[in-house]
Amino acid sequence: MRRVCVQEADFDATTELGRLSAEAGGVSSFIGVVRGQAAGRQLAALRLEHYPGMTEKALTQLADTAITRWALTGCTIIHRVGRLAPGQNIVLVATASQHRAAALAATAFLIDQLKTNAPFWKAEEFADGTVEWVAARESDNTAASGWS
Amino acid sequence: MRVLYFAWLREKIGLGEEVLAPPPDVTTPRALIAWLRQRGSGYVAAFASEDLIRAAVDQEFCSLDAPLGAAAEIAFFPPVTGG
Repeated sequence: MRRVCVQEADFDATTELGRLSAEAGGVSSFIGVVRGQAAGRQLAALRLEHYPGMTEKALTQLADTAITRWALTGCTIIHRVGRLAPGQNIVLVATASQHRAAALAATAFLIDQLKTNAPFWKAEEFADGTVEWVAARESDNTAASGWS
Repeated sequence: MRVLYFAWLREKIGLGEEVLAPPPDVTTPRALIAWLRQRGSGYVAAFASEDLIRAAVDQEFCSLDAPLGAAAEIAFFPPVTGG
């Protein structure tokens, strides 16, 4: 089962993990959360922009790659967009498989790929009112290319 | 051809998308950037550093030197920062 969503609304992790457990021996998940500060400065919010149409295609391709590579019984990617306050959920990646190794590896793979192979852009809105676009990190590229 | 801009490129250019008809010698994203720079100071500022520009043709990531072919949609944006 593949489930890909790009949405402003929050997700309920318990519900999402429950959807995956039916045919699985195990379910693995990662939730990304908005940090309260960046580079020592207080963050008011994170703004997430994306490329409608392409985002859904890119996430679907990544999910299908993971399902095939690790023979997953289920894969869910939910990525939020819009303005998110510190402590709010950004992204859920959850995978299900017959045995733990496949689900754990597939979840790590998907989180690494989301950083570099899906068209999202983050801007940090600081408490003092300034807004700065987040620059891509070389360590994320290294992590993503390490899976090929 | 539909041309889209995201993140700080959109802000510097001042719009998110436009429909353009570049001349036939514009055959790659990099050539399209050179042509767009002639359209005004916002484009010059947005495309000042090609190292920071990524592209997608018909919603697939590609290099700035990929052939445009008969592409209907091309997007320019900074390196992505999702997850």
